[in-house]
Amino acid sequence: MSTAAPPSADSDCAIDVVDLAIRYHGQLALSGVTLKVPAHDIFGVIGPANSGKTSFLRAVNRMDLMTAGMEVSGSVRVEGRDVRSWRNPYALRQRIGVVFPLPVGLPMTIYENVALSSRLRGTRNKADLDVIVERCLRRAALWDEVKDRLDSLGSLLSGGQQQRLTIARALSQDPSILLLDEFSIAVDPVTTMRIEEVLSELKSEMTIVLVTNLVQQARRLASQTAFFLTGELVEVTETEAMFEGAAQDPRTTAYVEGKFG
Amino acid sequence: MFEATERNRRNRKVEGLFRLLFLWMTCMLILPVALILGVLIVRGGPAISWEFLFTRPIDNMTAGGILPALVGTVWLVVVALIASVPVGVAAALYLSEYAPDNRLTRAINLAIINLAGVPSIVHALFGLGAFVIFFRFGTSILAASLTLAIMTLPVVIVATRESLQTVPLAFREACWNMGATRWQTIRKVVLPNSVSGILTGVILEVSRTAGETAPIMFTGAAVFMPFLPQGVLDQTMAMSLHLFVISTQVPDVPEHMPFGVALVLISLVLAMNGLSIAFRVYLRGRKKW
Repeated sequence: MSTAAPPSADSDCAIDVVDLAIRYHGQLALSGVTLKVPAHDIFGVIGPANSGKTSFLRAVNRMDLMTAGMEVSGSVRVEGRDVRSWRNPYALRQRIGVVFPLPVGLPMTIYENVALSSRLRGTRNKADLDVIVERCLRRAALWDEVKDRLDSLGSLLSGGQQQRLTIARALSQDPSILLLDEFSIAVDPVTTMRIEEVLSELKSEMTIVLVTNLVQQARRLASQTAFFLTGELVEVTETEAMFEGAAQDPRTTAYVEGKFG
Repeated sequence: MFEATERNRRNRKVEGLFRLLFLWMTCMLILPVALILGVLIVRGGPAISWEFLFTRPIDNMTAGGILPALVGTVWLVVVALIASVPVGVAAALYLSEYAPDNRLTRAINLAIINLAGVPSIVHALFGLGAFVIFFRFGTSILAASLTLAIMTLPVVIVATRESLQTVPLAFREACWNMGATRWQTIRKVVLPNSVSGILTGVILEVSRTAGETAPIMFTGAAVFMPFLPQGVLDQTMAMSLHLFVISTQVPDVPEHMPFGVALVLISLVLAMNGLSIAFRVYLRGRKKW
């Protein structure tokens, strides 16, 4: 892989989005998004349902290629390079870990769930895989609960455990960007707090985009937060400022104060 | 105190009547199945013996066994499977996992539905024209099996596609998001979780293939062969055609013989279906999500 691009002036910007618009079967779902996600930080994305948050994530890792009727215009640059210039989108996706709203433990053993990404890249050596699996499960705060039953099915774990398994799986990709899409929807509050701690530790190593339906979660974790509303980006602001009434748009203040959404 | 009105009483009576009517219709449905099996067992049962199953017909097929027909049917089914399963599964994989939703895909789907609706005698004539004459396979197991394969292809495709669709999209998306290609996703997640369903479809196809008569009549099945087939270019006897012949074309066949042949044939088919049901139960028992 020759991804070691010469450091550009913008080397501390992980994702650079300019005038992004997304359509499904011709119907506009998101438009006019221009923002920069700083590297090695947690970037929050908040907004009510159907505001285009998930579509935004899908555009970053080129899931438009796998989604019938999804069209993307504008530009999304990941680490300085337009995602559409990657002739091999699979290589791009390997560098981007994704966690979904509903935990998806694949119907294979816990071990295989976490080893899958390395296997897809051709790692066969059991000893190497063992190391990766243990490291990723530990970092996702799941190791102690599953270390004695790595051979049981990942899809039969509890919701909170499955979500940590999903995170371990995403970490096994050794990603430079981690996209989290409302990860706490099916997770109990205690587990949510544990995952949040994990995320705070991870941000020194990777860029995290945290789409969340809990505005307080964005406040706890994100340094900057974007507010999406009905398919538009309303604003991107320092998170603390946003929550202290210094948002640029009155709709943002109304949303974070719980007046709608 | 509640009092039933005249209307209530009438509704209740009508309700009972309809229930009886539907029950009766359902029983009518079971009746032919039970009768067929009953008659076959009672009248064909006495014909069944090791000798009947494992010797050749003699005396102009009025005595002896059915070995060449039994072996021939196995040949026909196996060769048909070898031809239809790879093509059918590949087509189903393409349609389910790769095909964009466009006009071409819709046309292919339509073609599959139409293929399923073509009468078997038309398949037979197609097989005669295409395989026997054009490709010069002659009347042979190969020609007959290919005809059967084309006829049963829609069954394989539909069954495979249905079992592929039972694997949730979320699993595929999770895989794709890790950078897996569609093929890697199929190999690691989709196929391992649908292979039992595909096998079920294949077994159903087997049972259908075993009973077909028209498609093999002109393409590879012979009325009488004293020898077992040695290869795919040989003609062969087959259970279904043998049953037809000794029931209608040969004089002085002892009465129990056609019933015996029919009983063996239906037992084969039912055994296959039973296997397929057992598979499905097993599948349900170890659901992974």
